Order: sequence, then C-alpha cells, then structure tokens
Amino acid sequence: MTLFLDLNHSVGDFNLALKFQVPNGVSALFGRSGAGKTTLVNAVAGLITPQKGRIEIAGRAVFDAGRGLNIPPHQRGIGYVFQDPRLFPHMSVQRNLNYGRRPARSFEIDANLIVDILGLEKLLDRRPDTLSGGEKQRVAIARALLSNPDLLLLDEPLAALARARKLEILSYLERLRDELRLPMLYVSHSVPELARLATDIVVMDAGKLVACGPASDLLSDPSLVPQLGLAAAGASVLARLTAQSEDGLSTLNTSAGQLFLPRIEAPLGSRVRVRILAQDVMISVQKPEQISALNILPCHIISLRPGDGPGMIVELNSGNDRLLARITARSAKRLCLQPDLACYAIVKTLSIRPAEVAI
Amino acid sequence: MPLFGLAPTEWQAVQLSLLVAFWASLLSLPLAVLVAYALARWQFWGRQLLNICVHLPLILPPVVTGYVLLLVFGQTAPVGRFLNDTFGIVLAFRWTGAVLAAAVMAFPLMVRAIRLAIEAVDPKLEQAATTLGAGPIRVFLTITVPMMAPGLVAGVVLAFAKAMGEFGATITFVANIPGQTQTLPSAIYAFLQVPGGDASAVRLLVLSVFISVLALALSEWMARRVVHGTGQ
Repeated sequence: MTLFLDLNHSVGDFNLALKFQVPNGVSALFGRSGAGKTTLVNAVAGLITPQKGRIEIAGRAVFDAGRGLNIPPHQRGIGYVFQDPRLFPHMSVQRNLNYGRRPARSFEIDANLIVDILGLEKLLDRRPDTLSGGEKQRVAIARALLSNPDLLLLDEPLAALARARKLEILSYLERLRDELRLPMLYVSHSVPELARLATDIVVMDAGKLVACGPASDLLSDPSLVPQLGLAAAGASVLARLTAQSEDGLSTLNTSAGQLFLPRIEAPLGSRVRVRILAQDVMISVQKPEQISALNILPCHIISLRPGDGPGMIVELNSGNDRLLARITARSAKRLCLQPDLACYAIVKTLSIRPAEVAI
Repeated sequence: MPLFGLAPTEWQAVQLSLLVAFWASLLSLPLAVLVAYALARWQFWGRQLLNICVHLPLILPPVVTGYVLLLVFGQTAPVGRFLNDTFGIVLAFRWTGAVLAAAVMAFPLMVRAIRLAIEAVDPKLEQAATTLGAGPIRVFLTITVPMMAPGLVAGVVLAFAKAMGEFGATITFVANIPGQTQTLPSAIYAFLQVPGGDASAVRLLVLSVFISVLALALSEWMARRVVHGTGQ
C-alpha cells in the first residue's frame, strides 16, 4: 500500500473529509476545481496541517493528529511537482536538479536515466528563465524524481501547457511509470490523462470521496458519468498490435475482434490501451454491411442509463472488455434496446485520436 | 605629505567615520535580518510593538536617542556598569559608543530594506525546496538569502551611509573628542565653531561627497553582481 489517508480539515465553509487507501502504481485524484484536490495533496506533502486524521506513506505514518505526530515536509520522503514549475531562478538547470538529491529510501533512481527519459541533456547549463513552459515542467519533474521519493505527488502538472507539450510530457510520465515503477499520486481533471496514466482512481467532489478503485473499472462505470463529464465518458479496451498496413492504419486484436486505428508508432506485439469515448460509439441491432466505419464489434447490452437531457449511456459487454455508447433515448426506444440484447458497436477509425491511445 | 592635503585631525575624523560606519553596518546586519524576517513572516504577540521599537530611532529627535543611550549605557548607568564590570567594555565617550549610536540610528533603515526584500521572496519556492528534502536552515541559506540578496546589499549600503552621516545621537552619547570620538560630521561641526576653520570644513565636505558617490557606485555594482552572480 502506497498511501493511506483519513482526513478531516476545514477552511472557512469548505470541509475536506474523506478516507481511502490506494495500492502501488499511479493513483489519480480526480475532481472538479474546488473539490479539494490540492488541499489534499498539500496535506500529504505536509505543507498544510489537517485538523484531524492520519496519513501513511509507504506504510510509514507521517501524520497522526491523535498521537500528535506531524513529520515536516522535508522528512516525508515525497517529491512534489506543482502546477507551476517553481524552479529556483538563481540556479542553473543542473543545480536545480541536484538540489534535492538524497540517498534513496525505497527506490534508487539513476540520474542519467531521468535526464535521458525527460530529454534534458541540452538544458543542463541553462537558466530557468531561458526555458519554455514544457522544458521547465520537465526539469521540475526530474528535480522531484532525483530526490528519490517514496511517492511522487503531481498536482495538475500539465495544466498550464499547450496541447502538444501535454502529449509529450504524458508519454514521458508513462515511461516513468513503466520503467521506474515509482508510485505516484496524480491530480487531474482531464479524463484522457487519467485514462492513459492511472492504475487507480480516486474521485472526489466538494471535499468528499465519491469513488475509489481500479482505473479500468471506474472509467467505464456509467454511474460516474456525472463526475467524469459526458464528453469524456468512455471505456478503455486492452489490445495487442498485430499489423501495420501501408495505407496508414494499424490493426489490433481485442477480446471482441479486430480493431483498426490510425497508425500507432509501436513495435508489433505491443500491448496497447485504447480509450473509446461513449460519444464515438454507435449501436446497430443488425450487423451493418456497406458502411464506411471499419470497426464493428459484437456486443451484449449490460445496462441502459438515462441522462438528464435527450441522451443516455448504454453499457456494453464486448468480449472481456466493456464499452460505453452515448445515444439518444429516442434511438434506444426505436431499436427496443434492453439488457442482454445482442447488438453491434460501431466505431469510426478516425474518431480515435492519438491522445486516447496508451502504449 | 597628508593625503588630499588633510591635516591629521581631519584625516583621523575621516578614518574614524569609515571605521564606525563599517562596524555599525556589519554588526547590526544579523540582528536586522532576524528582525526583518520576524516582521515579514512570523505572526507573534508583540509584533506591532517590535515594529514600533525598531522605528523609534527614525522618528525620535537624534539627540533624544543619544540621551537614551547615555541613560542606559553610560558609565554609571545599569547596563553600562554591567558591561564594564563583566566584559570590560566601555561605550560612553569611546569610539565603540559611536558604533553603537550609528548602528541604532541606521537600524530602522536596514530593517526596512531587508524586510521589503524578504516579502518579495516567493514562499512557493521555499515550499518547493522543503519538498526536495531541505530543512528550514538550508531553505533559508540556499533559497531565501540568495533571492533577497539585492535587498540585503541595499540595506547594508543605506545603513553605511546613515552611519557615516550620523551626528545628533553620536555627539550626545560620545561627545566630540578629536582622535577618539570625532567623526566626520562632528569634525565639520567643530571646525565651523572656530574662526578660520572654514577651509578644513570645506575639505571635509568635498571628501564626504566623494565617499558618498563612491559608496553608491560600489553598491550599484555589487547589486548587479549579486543579481547575476548568485548560485553560480
């Protein structure tokens, strides 16, 4: 277990009261702005002192109001990547990186590997004020990593970045997750980011816990659609890359059949997680022929959930994977959709963007 | 050949002033940093009172400050006698007393400059340093001090200039003894009191303008060095 947390903290009218624990891996903390995500992360880091509760990092109690235990931030063994890079302006990149280096407690992180993964070789002699936003954030991530933390806290590290930079740093973070196996607590309100990075998700709203569990379950849970947002609702499908075609498409095998996607740059045989948004999925009760869409997956309907507006979310079972489809209530009625009905899910190849594919 | 055509008494006054200003600004620096840090960052009972006490020498007539010093540190006064009996330190009517008077008078200016500099340091950077494993002392020395260095230089220069020019409190506390407690301003004052002293007074006047300009140029240069050079 990486993090156990049982907190009660009030600031003015706002009350943060929740209890959860997450295992090793990347745990994403998800919620609207004002949900108390940053307050929670600051409490884990020790930058604020909660009024009540207990916090354990990697099995070690760092805060226990009952026992009067409050380990100061510099002894908690955490790394913190803030929303803004917070590089020290009077030091070179190299000296920023060296600032936090300390003996490893649970992970020995190879400095050269970090500099390599984050692409920092050419920046080492530069001053922070000469770096671009993306470069600064990469340095901030490397600096936090080189302090050999037991747990890395990231508070919306991509929020201030342009889209292209986000994708780039996201793929760096995926490498850190897979190559270093460093536990992370990742704050975000972007579902595509979570879908790519998170192994577990904690959903919170107005200071309270809404849900906590494995990412694949929560992200395709139709009851969480109100929290995750309709536009971001969807499900992740596990697939294996089996062929690259000359017309620019990649072929993947899923438990329900073949999937054709815009070219994915990865070696054949790679395991890939593809997030398919509910609004990109159509439902047909007969197998469609003569249709332009390439991906037609046989499914069973698990449940139907009406929404507030004209739409509804249909939860589908496709092989071992789950899919969500967002269709109008009118269509559902016309097609007489009901649980256990066999049908086909149709996904346009080009509707799946590179950001939704995690290698 | 006396330097700049100065008579020995005049030269002594210049030397003494430089010595007094140097020690006054150097010795008050650590305390000024502590007080400025406390006023800028800490919430504690009596914070406003401390703020007022620090500013008193700026508001009170210098003669009053000098007289208070005499009442506290004079040879027969309690603190003065204690210092003399225990450490053999005598302040009243000595050059060391001139250092104390100059330091007290320059203290508010130094604290104000340093406090502004500390308030301009972004606490977010200090937070970042603590999450990187730095304890409070390391954070202060490696983040806070370098970031406030320009203000530190400004504070020291202001204090040095004030100490060079301090007159009222000094003459009240340590009098105007040539070669012992006669600083540059008291020397100019003394020369103006005697017939034919005008020439000496003018020479010292020119010299003090020269020293001021030099100190200002030096501080500008140092401030620039500090801004570009810290951390390298």
